[in-house]
Amino acid sequence: MRRRKLAWGGADLVVLAWVAFPVWWIVALSFKDPSTITDGSFWPTKWTLQNYEGIFKTSQFLLALRNSIGIAVISTVVAVVFASLAAYAIARLRFPGKKVLIGVSLLIAMFPQISLVTPLFNIERVIGLFNTWGGLIIPYIAFGLPFAIYTLAAFFREIPWELEKAAKVDGATPMQAFVRVVAPLAAPGVATSAILVFVVTWNEFLLAISLTSTTASRTVPAALAFFTGASQFQNPIGSIAAAAVIITIPIVFFVLFFQRRIIAGLTSGAVKG
Amino acid sequence: MSTITLDHVTKRFPDGAVAVNDLSLDIGDSEFCILVGPSGCGKSTTLNMIAGLEDISDGELRIDGQVVNDKAPKDRDIAMVFQTYALYPHMTVRENMAFALKLAKVPREVINQKVEEAARILDLVPHLDRKPANLSGGQRQRVAMGRAIVRNPKAFLMDEPLSNLDAKLRVQMRTEVSRLQRRLGTTTVYVTHDQTEAMTLGDRVAVLRGGFLQQFGTPKELYENPANLFVAGFIGSPAMNFMAASLEDNHLRSPLGEVPLSDRLRRALEAANVERQVIMGIRPEHFEDAALVASQPERAGVFFSATIDVVESMGSDVYVYFSLEGARANAAELEELARESGSAELSSAAETVVARLDAATAVREGEQARLWFDPAKVQVFDPRSGRNLCLAV
Repeated sequence: MRRRKLAWGGADLVVLAWVAFPVWWIVALSFKDPSTITDGSFWPTKWTLQNYEGIFKTSQFLLALRNSIGIAVISTVVAVVFASLAAYAIARLRFPGKKVLIGVSLLIAMFPQISLVTPLFNIERVIGLFNTWGGLIIPYIAFGLPFAIYTLAAFFREIPWELEKAAKVDGATPMQAFVRVVAPLAAPGVATSAILVFVVTWNEFLLAISLTSTTASRTVPAALAFFTGASQFQNPIGSIAAAAVIITIPIVFFVLFFQRRIIAGLTSGAVKG
Repeated sequence: MSTITLDHVTKRFPDGAVAVNDLSLDIGDSEFCILVGPSGCGKSTTLNMIAGLEDISDGELRIDGQVVNDKAPKDRDIAMVFQTYALYPHMTVRENMAFALKLAKVPREVINQKVEEAARILDLVPHLDRKPANLSGGQRQRVAMGRAIVRNPKAFLMDEPLSNLDAKLRVQMRTEVSRLQRRLGTTTVYVTHDQTEAMTLGDRVAVLRGGFLQQFGTPKELYENPANLFVAGFIGSPAMNFMAASLEDNHLRSPLGEVPLSDRLRRALEAANVERQVIMGIRPEHFEDAALVASQPERAGVFFSATIDVVESMGSDVYVYFSLEGARANAAELEELARESGSAELSSAAETVVARLDAATAVREGEQARLWFDPAKVQVFDPRSGRNLCLAV
């Protein structure tokens, strides 16, 4: 028994180290003084906040951060709202073309994005979306929707249909039944899919670097590639590391904050357990 | 306080399946009406149509004389109790019960008063601020009932409300439901597959099978004068015994011996103009141990001998099981009927006969016993249509 526990503990430690090492490495880099940044030490020998101060001093990072937040939030909200409606229809209604719809959305999710970069680039240049928020938000919604529809449809299916029937008999209109009974119960699903979409758009690099050209719409992952050091001759690794740590924070925060809700599963107790 | 009328109501699903076929029921004010039948007989579909959760393909549904076919559930003023209770899990017991009233924009004081009153009736006062997840099965069931009664609706619709409770609680709640319905006097339509619930709760019972109404009457009518083989086999526990018999001049030749026909029965059979092969049905309680009958010479009847397979003593009564030679003659047909109805009792009854004897009986397992039955209680059915021929008069 004890040996087993030890074995499991050991395995856990290995996994933890494996996962946490790159994260620690980037955190350590972000605190290293420019002179020691290439020393390869695990623990920073000379701690400094210079990298963080540096990125917040220039507008380059702050503008990118603003773009990232704006674009990710708008894409997420729009995608989740539309996905809720679509997922509800998929979970509850029978309509012609339902299988096709599911199939097409799966297809979009699996489509290799690299093959879309050139056509998107050309289209957006022609219609004036290139290097705008809209130019990124629209494809992000397109790629976020399938994920969101999938997770939400699974959650809607879990909600007993009889609850809606009960609400209808209790005098609710279909809209009231959805808003007052179904939606609150699907809240964990909405949170889950919102996080999924947010993380994907927040981290997206390929489209961000291809469809933007200035700080007007460049998001943080793309902007990192354009970082320079404090001077032209300084290595920007420290700044990049600091920026990477900063943009990881919201993701960690989201997951920790919603984790309990996601796991809790609100529907317990609706029907005979 | 309302009447519900189903006027030649039919439910046809888009795939062509007919769930309910030309069903006509007249449910009176304050009546407790039961829809009973095996699964797939259309009873739940019928209830959903009354609630407005399913469209009516054909025919008319009237509540209080008003056609409601095209009214949404919310405009019908009916309350429903679901088999799974369907409590809103994110709301407390109080909010669950108040939900309908809140939607109807009833003033808050009135809502509170009604909810408190319902909670008192249902013994839910200490639980008002708990969520359904923290309640026991019986408490959840009562919340579901409470949600229905606070509204004071035109009718209660109940879809197997007790089938998720364990046996003891079910019997307890059955009495509770019955008492509640009498007290409130609200017209109630209650769906169940359990014939015991149907018999004990209903003012009148509608037996459905494959979407067709078999019979609609008081429990006593269904039990004593079943319209056909199906009702006879479905109502009553243990089920009625069926056996092949043939019609002779003035008696019935059966595996239990010759059964004299009463004048009434003979006239009925003549009027029905049936063939010689019939199915004879007799309920378990119409048998008796011959030794116990002999002391009462006024009880004329048919005596026969059988080898007893199983004896089950219930204390107050003794059930004995015996097999009948010759009863199998028509068994194939009976079994087909049994398969159709989905009733296992019916199929086993084709070969084994159950008799309920007085507790004083001395019959033993594996021994020959002399038994008696009352020929006046025998029912005779047409094997082809299943019709009860005794009712032809």
